[in-house]
Amino acid sequence: MKRPMPTPKQAAGGLHRRDFLRAGAAVATVTLAPGVTLTAFGGRAEAQASAASRWGLLVDANKCDPDCTACVSACSEENGWQDTGNPATDAQWIRKVDLKELATGRELSLPVMCQHCESPPCVDVCPTGASFKRVDGIVLVDKHICIGCRYCMMACPFKARSFVHEPVPDEARRSWSPRGKGTVESCTLCVHRVDAGRIPACVEACDVTGNRAILFGDLLDPDSEIARAIAAYPSEALRDDLGLNPGVRYANL
Amino acid sequence: MERTIYREIGLTRGVKVLAAVLALVLLAALWGVVYVEEEGHIVTGMNNQIVWGTPHVFAIFLIVAASGALNVASIASVFGKASYKPMARLSALLAIALLVGGLAVLVLDLGRADRLIVAMTKFNFTSIFTWNIFLYTGFIGIAALYLYVQMARGMPARYVQAAGMLAFLWRLALTTGTGSIFGWLVARPAYDAAIMAPLFIAMSFAFGLAVFILALAGLFWLSQRALGPLLIRRLGRLLAIFAAVVLYFTAVQHLTNLYAAEHAGIERFILRDGGIYTALFWGGQVLIGGLLPIGLIFHPRLGARAATVHLAAGLVILGGFAQLYVIIVGGQAYPLEIFPGYAASSSFFDGSVNAYSPSLPEISLGLGGVALALAITVLGVKILRILPTNLSDANVAVQAGAPKPA
Repeated sequence: MKRPMPTPKQAAGGLHRRDFLRAGAAVATVTLAPGVTLTAFGGRAEAQASAASRWGLLVDANKCDPDCTACVSACSEENGWQDTGNPATDAQWIRKVDLKELATGRELSLPVMCQHCESPPCVDVCPTGASFKRVDGIVLVDKHICIGCRYCMMACPFKARSFVHEPVPDEARRSWSPRGKGTVESCTLCVHRVDAGRIPACVEACDVTGNRAILFGDLLDPDSEIARAIAAYPSEALRDDLGLNPGVRYANL
Repeated sequence: MERTIYREIGLTRGVKVLAAVLALVLLAALWGVVYVEEEGHIVTGMNNQIVWGTPHVFAIFLIVAASGALNVASIASVFGKASYKPMARLSALLAIALLVGGLAVLVLDLGRADRLIVAMTKFNFTSIFTWNIFLYTGFIGIAALYLYVQMARGMPARYVQAAGMLAFLWRLALTTGTGSIFGWLVARPAYDAAIMAPLFIAMSFAFGLAVFILALAGLFWLSQRALGPLLIRRLGRLLAIFAAVVLYFTAVQHLTNLYAAEHAGIERFILRDGGIYTALFWGGQVLIGGLLPIGLIFHPRLGARAATVHLAAGLVILGGFAQLYVIIVGGQAYPLEIFPGYAASSSFFDGSVNAYSPSLPEISLGLGGVALALAITVLGVKILRILPTNLSDANVAVQAGAPKPA
């Protein structure tokens, strides 16, 4: 009746979960090598989560084109969530929000995704610990122990999380981004890419458009572009009043 | 002088009909669960905006009522009111039954109900849900112990009193935990208030007593035993006071919010502009669940009739469902204020009032929880010596040590 979120490989070869986990460990070991190489050349990308880093995003509202949804499409393609024509129940890991300032009429548009809070309410309320924060600040859901209670969705101030309301079709499955009916999910900051020394799909797509409205990097590294940008000009966190210290910040809001 | 004698109820025609009806409702609930399990929550009215819906309204009503249903027993053994003592066994049984019914709904609505074992083995103690797992299971155990010490032959009274005190304190903790599910949600303007815990305790007193009154009257009617109108009137007056306390906490909650400009939006939504939620608040909770039953019970002529108390109890229950619907669904329908000072719109319903309509599988699951609670209660009184054979006013007065009324 219930399927344990098989990967395409699993579906084809009947791989057991334990084998899959072993294989996962093997992949991590392999990718560790380029990580070490990068570190050796002075890069910050690492194959394992490290408390020495805190990954974050800086969104520049002035650079975000209201008519552009490249970041949304890229995330959808990368992670396998898609528009099935049911907007109320479809997952949206990232969305474009159009804003109009009530006092001035100024209009702007910006992407909103999991804000990867330092003190994430979703992690606090999760009864099983499925919602968790890595030491490098990335907030994730362990799909194996999420029971689908949706308390994290009640707790998230940013509407960043989605509940998988329907069975996930095979073509939407990604081995690096497991999804399963009846569990909650959200932006992973493309943790599979970050661990391999790459940047999140949304950031890459935004760069390709030339807008360069989203900056990704290590907030703890004073030499990183994002840390320098945050130090140089004003930016703010959404719902700063809640004191959650999100890893995602917005400039020119 | 007649002693209180407890006897199992007989398998009358009425009991059989009730059992058949409950079985049908449970079957419908089972259908709903299997259907949602197969298709996913897409077939419910819940969505990514309204993540908790009708099942949660039923589940939380039953859980809140469970702790309140235990009050009658507490009044007898903690507060020493002897006239409540003959009803104490039913009070404990009903408390267990309601909690099991509510928990069943909550658990069967999970996205991965098959992973219940995960919820029972992996704990995150910063989550009030985790605390509630212990508070709820502990409550069932303590209420069962309380029932046992009441029923065991030759059990010293002090043990009954000690179990009663433990159960009373535990039930206060339990309802604090249930209210705090909402009270500790910092993100949503409808929640995030310490008053949620005492409000839920007040609600539990009212809903639990209302359910108890109807269960008592129904079971005595089914088993054709005498139930004195004076006793029912006394319970009715207590119910009216509890209903008034709920209104009081509700008034404080909204007045406090109205004072703060930042909460003006949610207050306008619930109190004035919220459509169905505004109607349910004023019409359902305040009028049907509060003012009307209070007025009926204190009415100089109507209030004297047992039927009026039954009606008032029914109204308190209806008002309770309305109140929980407003709190749970209405609280989510109001959009999150992620960008104060801006009008927001998006493909994910930012800035708009979220739509929700209950679906059949959700309603059948919720009703299934009610049916399960009733089935456990009826089964309990059928196989255990829970119900006294005679609760006529004359007999209750004798038990309470008062002179027999003329």
